[in-house]
Amino acid sequence: MFGYYLEIAVRSLRRNTGLTLLMVLAIGFGVGASMTAYAVFRAVSGDPIPWKSSNLFVPQIDAWGPVARADDGEPQDALDYTDAMALMRYHRAARQSAIYAVAPSVLPTDASRTPIPLGGFAVYGEFFPMLDVHFEYGGGWSAGDDERGTPVVVIGAAINRRLFGGADSVGRMVSIAGRDYRVVGVMKPWNPQPIFFDVVDTGGFGGDGPDLFLPFRTAIAADMENAGSTHCPKGRMPSAPGFAGLQASSCTWIAYMVELDDAVAVRRYRQYLDDYAREQQRLGRFGWPPDNRLRDLRTWLDHEHVVPDDTRVSMLVALGLLLVCLLNTVGLLLARFLRRSGEIGVRRAMGASRSAICLQFLAESAVIGAAGGVLGLLLTGVGVLGAGLVLPVYLAGLAHVDARLLLLTVLVAVLATVLAGLYPALRASRVQPAWQLKTQ
Amino acid sequence: MRLHPILAALRRHKTGVVLIALQIALTLAIVSNAVFIIGQRIARMDRPTGVVEPGLIRISQQWLDAPTGDDAAAVEQLDAMQRTDLAVLRGLPDVQEVAASTSMPLQGMIWSGYLTRTPASSAPSVQAAYYYGDERLRSTLGLRLVAGRDFTAGEILHHAIRSTAVSPVVIVSQALADALFPQGHALGKTIYQDGKPATIVGIVERLQTPTLSAWGSGWSYNSVLEPVRLDGDTASYAVRARPGREQAAMREARKALLAVDPVRLMPDSWGIQPFSEIRAKVYRADRGMALLMGAISLILLCVTAAGIVGLTSFWVGQRRKQIGVRRALGARRADILRYFQFENLFVAGMGSTLGLLLAIGLNLWLMHHYALKRLPMAYVLVGMAVMLLLGQVAAYVPALRASRVPPVVATRSV
Repeated sequence: MFGYYLEIAVRSLRRNTGLTLLMVLAIGFGVGASMTAYAVFRAVSGDPIPWKSSNLFVPQIDAWGPVARADDGEPQDALDYTDAMALMRYHRAARQSAIYAVAPSVLPTDASRTPIPLGGFAVYGEFFPMLDVHFEYGGGWSAGDDERGTPVVVIGAAINRRLFGGADSVGRMVSIAGRDYRVVGVMKPWNPQPIFFDVVDTGGFGGDGPDLFLPFRTAIAADMENAGSTHCPKGRMPSAPGFAGLQASSCTWIAYMVELDDAVAVRRYRQYLDDYAREQQRLGRFGWPPDNRLRDLRTWLDHEHVVPDDTRVSMLVALGLLLVCLLNTVGLLLARFLRRSGEIGVRRAMGASRSAICLQFLAESAVIGAAGGVLGLLLTGVGVLGAGLVLPVYLAGLAHVDARLLLLTVLVAVLATVLAGLYPALRASRVQPAWQLKTQ
Repeated sequence: MRLHPILAALRRHKTGVVLIALQIALTLAIVSNAVFIIGQRIARMDRPTGVVEPGLIRISQQWLDAPTGDDAAAVEQLDAMQRTDLAVLRGLPDVQEVAASTSMPLQGMIWSGYLTRTPASSAPSVQAAYYYGDERLRSTLGLRLVAGRDFTAGEILHHAIRSTAVSPVVIVSQALADALFPQGHALGKTIYQDGKPATIVGIVERLQTPTLSAWGSGWSYNSVLEPVRLDGDTASYAVRARPGREQAAMREARKALLAVDPVRLMPDSWGIQPFSEIRAKVYRADRGMALLMGAISLILLCVTAAGIVGLTSFWVGQRRKQIGVRRALGARRADILRYFQFENLFVAGMGSTLGLLLAIGLNLWLMHHYALKRLPMAYVLVGMAVMLLLGQVAAYVPALRASRVPPVVATRSV
């Protein structure tokens, strides 16, 4: 029976091509625009580490006091050197790492000997198990290496290909910023977006993934300067020059992440942060009571506005467009179905039940929705391509079309149109056969 | 035209009326906000930077064989390397002027600090961007000096990037001078940059800061020129090409700098770029947003117009008989046409009145959640007029068809 309904639907649609085309266009554009906006939104708002994001936390310590606060009244989103080192020393979380961005260059051993600029991070050994970093060869370094400041390095897959032709390079030496480091691990290709472990320095997006990781103390000892942003409290610029001056100052430039396994651990860590700040207050370093934060990763990414406002507003406006397209479809379907009141009357008189009529018109809506969906697919493809041309460069590569998006496009189109057809189909099924037959 | 028959007829088509009115309301709400966003973005992109943009080139590079450490010997060597580069660039045939220059408007790389009129750190302060460079920086960027003088060659200092030294003389932008000295007469006054004194020796008309991010939006034109060559393993230069010779100057500069020292990092993407490219890159997101809002508004208007045509056509079809009767009773074609136009005006009027409220509501919501400004009433009022006009145009075709219904229809049974 349903096949028959589909057949009638196609016939009736072909009879009135103008109106059909109008509806298909409206649904196609509505769905195309919403899906394009959704593709961009999905690309930037995804959870970069869904299996673990609820156990990862970012501590913030109020190291500047209430007078030096930003406009939103929140404490600084990075740590100064003193606090970061204290937190590492106390080591109260299951795993933790201080993190700062570095941009050294590496000297390859091949004939060219042209230095290659790299981007990476100085971290502690617990960084790798904490974030489930997968290794092609070798692994991270030990707590002993952290303490001693051993010159070791973990390199990315791409840089391993460039330097060592992709071979197992564990144990080989590389010359980074004029010093020799021993490779202890080669990561599998890893490029989380957003770069959740250091949003403060990276802004959240960009790049082809980190090239290397060095032990924090090693990088500090090698005077490898912070390649990310530095913020200093008003009127308290570093009093001594150089990188050493920055370390002694209350300027913030270090990202920090901890892993806490359950609610009790979270409570304890929160308590610990406050105890630490109170101790600093007692020592006279802080002249104010504790005002710290401990946000889980998702809340942290929200707090840092990692998803650009433009993306959210575009998504909202595109949804508004879809809503208008649907209202439009309701109206046009209503007109279309009621115009065929005579036909309905005949069918009802011949014994068709109300639900049969209803089903027939829903089938017709579904056909229109499917046609709109096909157009929507096309427009989504064009839209995502076009978005790549107008989006900021760092976002352009992220939005992509995949099977899930295509399926969703067609699904949304058909479902939305059937939903829009519900009321008109119901109205059509209420047509009085006697009255219709009389006027015929 | 009497309202009564229209109301009576519309009451029989409640659903259709509500659908069209809602469509018009939503369209008005979204389009007026979208157009407002477009206007805001265009205004943002149109802001002048204060520099003469055509022919301005930024060179940014890193020496990979630079001396490490920040002892005096290393700083001297880095400064010598920088001066060599500047001299070589200055000798190029298509280069008019060259200056050491850490930052440029819109470019993103920013040093900033807090300025006060007294040395106390508790004094009311003004935030500003620091532009480090030499005595040619102002003229190379093309900034207009409105008071005072340029730096002299003797005033140019040089030190490491993380030095704590501060120049005793500065040139400030007019906006910063006004912010610090609202009564005027800033020239010759002493200001404190993060607590360290400096005398204002010159004022330039306008200089936008290098950042467009939200945290710097409150002081976009507060800039200070610092007579300092910053010495580090990276150094940046501002180059003014001879008129029309921008591309040639960029090619020459690349060749000449690599000839002086090939072990430097100066990639195509950010090593040597004309100012026009910096501008295009930084405003890409704004242009994209404006384009997207424009596209969505256009689709919305088309869809709504199509909906009006569709439903009005349906009503005309349903009322053929009544139209025939009216015509037979003496109504002219113009009367029928006017009836449907008026009917649409009534529905569109209701829709756009609701849309006015929705537009303001949407704007308030956007203001609350995102950094959007208040929507001026003019946008909504013009939007209402546009919606009414759109309705009239869309209703015209079916109304015309209605007016052509012959009176004889009244006598037929179908």
